[in-house]
Amino acid sequence: MNLAAAIRERNAAELPSKRDEDWRWTDLRGLIRTAPEPSQPFTGQLPPGPFDALAEDWRVLINGGEATVDVPARTEAVEALRFVARGAGSHVASATIRVGANARLLLLESYESDGASLALASLTLALEPGAVVERIVLTADHEDAVSVSQAEVTLSPTAGFSQTLVAGGARRQRLETRVLHPGGSAELRLDGIYLLAGKRHSDQTSIVTHAGTDGLTVQLAKGVVRDQARGVFQGRIVVEEGADRTDARMGHHALILSDRAEVDAKPELEIYADDVACAHGNTVGALDEDALFYARQRGIPEDEARALLTEAFVGEVVDRIGHEGAREIVRAWVAQGLRD
Amino acid sequence: MLRIENLRASVDGKEILKGLSLEVPAGEVHAIMGPNGAGKSTLSYVLTGRAGYEVTAGTATLDGEDLLALAPDERAARGVFLSFQYPLEIPGVPALTFLRTALNAQRRARGEAEITAPEFLKLARAKAAALKIDFDMLKRALNVGFSGGEKKRMEILQMAMLSPRFLILDETDSGLDIDALRIVSEGVNALRSPERAMLMITHYQRLLDYIKPDRVHVLAGGRIVASGGPELAHELEREGYERYEAAA
Repeated sequence: MNLAAAIRERNAAELPSKRDEDWRWTDLRGLIRTAPEPSQPFTGQLPPGPFDALAEDWRVLINGGEATVDVPARTEAVEALRFVARGAGSHVASATIRVGANARLLLLESYESDGASLALASLTLALEPGAVVERIVLTADHEDAVSVSQAEVTLSPTAGFSQTLVAGGARRQRLETRVLHPGGSAELRLDGIYLLAGKRHSDQTSIVTHAGTDGLTVQLAKGVVRDQARGVFQGRIVVEEGADRTDARMGHHALILSDRAEVDAKPELEIYADDVACAHGNTVGALDEDALFYARQRGIPEDEARALLTEAFVGEVVDRIGHEGAREIVRAWVAQGLRD
Repeated sequence: MLRIENLRASVDGKEILKGLSLEVPAGEVHAIMGPNGAGKSTLSYVLTGRAGYEVTAGTATLDGEDLLALAPDERAARGVFLSFQYPLEIPGVPALTFLRTALNAQRRARGEAEITAPEFLKLARAKAAALKIDFDMLKRALNVGFSGGEKKRMEILQMAMLSPRFLILDETDSGLDIDALRIVSEGVNALRSPERAMLMITHYQRLLDYIKPDRVHVLAGGRIVASGGPELAHELEREGYERYEAAA
């Protein structure tokens, strides 16, 4: 049974658990003994979304629902897509996004909840040849919420897909991205940021399958965890037989700022082709005490020095966001998240 | 200005400074020379408050104020500046951002108004030009990918911008070629003033040809074992530290 069916049928026994290899650090079955009642329709007023100032068009899915976004060939669009949970019910929402040949889409997606909800968002994104998509995902989940997003991305040759996930965590939060990469000079960037405090949890899982020659994938994820928070990064890049001249680079780096915080990381490269350039790097550590002393010797007080260095650490990912307006919204979100 | 009395300090439980006493009056430049392992760098870190350097006895005061009771950033705001032997790389923080943050933090700590962006840029341009630092370099992450000589020049630039009262130069000449050494020395000499004092820590006499000290001290075995005029440096260059190591 898949996750959507488990939620719809309120079958807690079928939720993914730590026995499922891909979910071992984000155990839902062990957490949710009884699936919540279905979410009720919401009729109240919503607060503004994080990207309201930038978007030209809005899709707001409250407590479930479906949306379709079609960007015709050779056109440009800026779409806000808000997945909103109100209350403590359970629901599934879905969105289908099609981007025509040589079209451009800036997709500004957000996850917003205000209670102990159980929500799944399923997305499918299909890019025609030459289509260029930048997807920015910002989460504003409640600390009691369980929120899962699963995106299936299908690229065509010469398409470009860039993604930046910006996660603040929830009771359990998972942002999953699966990409079918045809090669053929298609370019993929899958970046992520997580800033977690309290008892929040956030999981960024991605699986990229290179099925053709001459594909490019770059991935950089950075996280900062404090208190008793837990960050999870699972990145898998599969290069299938014959997908020669694939160039894939993955990096995940996390700062752990307290003894009780935790980061679990599993970067994986599965390579079945001969002629490839693949690399991955993974580091988990504390803030560099020497750099901290250096900043303090120059007169910067400890808290300010920590914030400066931490912001700079995450800033490398922020700087890679292509759209300037989105980049500044994310930069402000990061600065705020590190101050809270 | 700076007065150190009977200072004892340990690192990882091992005593490195063993009753060091030293006085550097305002307006003077003092050199501390000594063999490797004598405690030269330890002294600079104890004076600036680095974690892991435990003071077990003695005092260090700046104009009568107990330095050792202050946090590292408070000491910096009082005017203590250390030019690091190995300047740290600060990834992701442009040199200009770092410097402006530091300058404004010091100003706030002293109850002064923050520097405005145009004033700051004007100051940075002028000081960079004097040290022959390409201004565009200041837009890059501080010290990341810089050569040894560039890092040392950046230390002197920071010093010139922050305008400290008490300067500690830890092996500032290491890694510098002759041209860079001249530029750096000119930068340091430009900061000499009746209100400032400097402590130059060096293994070799070479730097002292460019920055002439008023007094030279020999640090060996964790204590000052000899003091004299500039001629002492030449004597050390000729005869080495052996005599003093034996005495320590």
